[in-house]
Amino acid sequence: MAIYGVALLAACYIVGIFLGDIFGALVGVKANVGGVGFAMLFLILLTNKGIDAGWLDKKSQSGISFWSAMYIPIVVAMSSIQNVVAALRGGPLAIGGGLVGVAVAFAFIPIINKIFGNKSKQGVKP
Amino acid sequence: MNLLDMFTKVATKNGLVFAFLLIGVITLITYKISAMTKGKVHGSAIAIFAGLVLAYIGGATTGGSKGLASIPLFAGVGLMGGGMFRDFAIVSTAFGADLREIKKCGIVGVFSLLMGIISSFIVGCVMAYMFGYKDTVSMVTVGAGVCTFVVGPVTGAALGAASDVIAISIAAGVVKSVAVMIVTPFVKNIVGLDNPQSAMIFGGLMGTSSGTAAGLAAVDPKLVPYGAMTATFYTGLGCLLCPSILYLATKAIMG
Repeated sequence: MAIYGVALLAACYIVGIFLGDIFGALVGVKANVGGVGFAMLFLILLTNKGIDAGWLDKKSQSGISFWSAMYIPIVVAMSSIQNVVAALRGGPLAIGGGLVGVAVAFAFIPIINKIFGNKSKQGVKP
Repeated sequence: MNLLDMFTKVATKNGLVFAFLLIGVITLITYKISAMTKGKVHGSAIAIFAGLVLAYIGGATTGGSKGLASIPLFAGVGLMGGGMFRDFAIVSTAFGADLREIKKCGIVGVFSLLMGIISSFIVGCVMAYMFGYKDTVSMVTVGAGVCTFVVGPVTGAALGAASDVIAISIAAGVVKSVAVMIVTPFVKNIVGLDNPQSAMIFGGLMGTSSGTAAGLAAVDPKLVPYGAMTATFYTGLGCLLCPSILYLATKAIMG
C-alpha cells in the first residue's frame, strides 16, 4: 500500500531531523546540523534493502515517488514565499555581498572539480 | 449572496488544497511558455522565476515578509512551500540516488563545504569593510550573512552585533539564495554542473537549501539529492565556524 512508502519516508525524515538537532546541540549550535542529509542516507539504505528483500513492493514505492514528483511544484511554492522585497531593499551592501558571494562560489566549482578529478559525463566545454 | 466573498472563504479555509491548484496552474502556464521557446529555457526555471515575481508582488502590495503568502487568500502556499514540505520532498528525491556516487564524493563534499563557508565569509567581510562597516563584529556578521540568512543572524546575535547590521546580513543571505535560483540554469555549462560530483560540490559551495534545491531542479532534477545532501550541512557548520574560529581569525587580522 502507498501509505507504507509514505510512512517509511516520514520515519526517515523524523529520525534524520531529530539526529540533526541532537548533533547541533552536541556541537553547541542553535541549528539543525545535517538532518536532511541523515534522513536521505536512511532512505537510500532502507529502500535498497526493502526492494532487495521484497517487503517494499511497487505500490509502497509509489508512495515515495509521488513526493519526489511533487518536488519541483513545492520548490515553486517555496520561491513564491521568499522575501524578495527585503532582498531588493536590503541596500547595496546586501545585494553586492550576496551576488559576489554567489559569483565566487560558482568560480570554485570547476576548480574543486579539477582538484578531485573531473568525472563529468559530457566533459566541460571550453 | 456575495459569490466572491464565499469563494475567498472556501479558498482560505482550504489553503493547502487551494495552493495545489494555484501551483498547478502556474506550472501549466510556465511549461507552455517553455515549449514556446522550444525548450531552450527549462519549464521549472521559468516556474521558479514566476514564483519569485509573485513573491515580490505579494510582499510589495502587503508590506509582509512572506511573499505571496503575505496575502491571506494565498496563505496556503506558505504551508506548501514551507520548511516541512520542502525538506520532506527533498528527502524523497534520495529514493533512487546512487549510494556509490555519494560515497565517492565524501571528501569532496567536506572540502567544498569548507571552501564555500570560508569564501562567502571573506567576501562578506571585505564588502562590509568597503561599505564602511569597519568594526570586526559587523564585518563578521555580514560575512556570516553571505553564507546563509540563518548563519548571519545567529552569528550576529552571538557576537552582539547592531540590529541594522543583522538586518543587512539576513538580506545578503536572501539575495544569495534568490541569485542561486535564477543564475544556476544559465551557468550550468560554464561550470560543468552535469554530474553527481559537481552537484555535491555545488551544494557544498552554495549552502542555501532553497537556492540549491531550486537551482538544481532547474538544471536536472536527478542531481537534486546530491546537492541537497551536502547543502544540508552548510548552515550548521557555518553557525559553528563563523562566531568562533572565523571571528577570532578576523579579529587577529584586523587587530
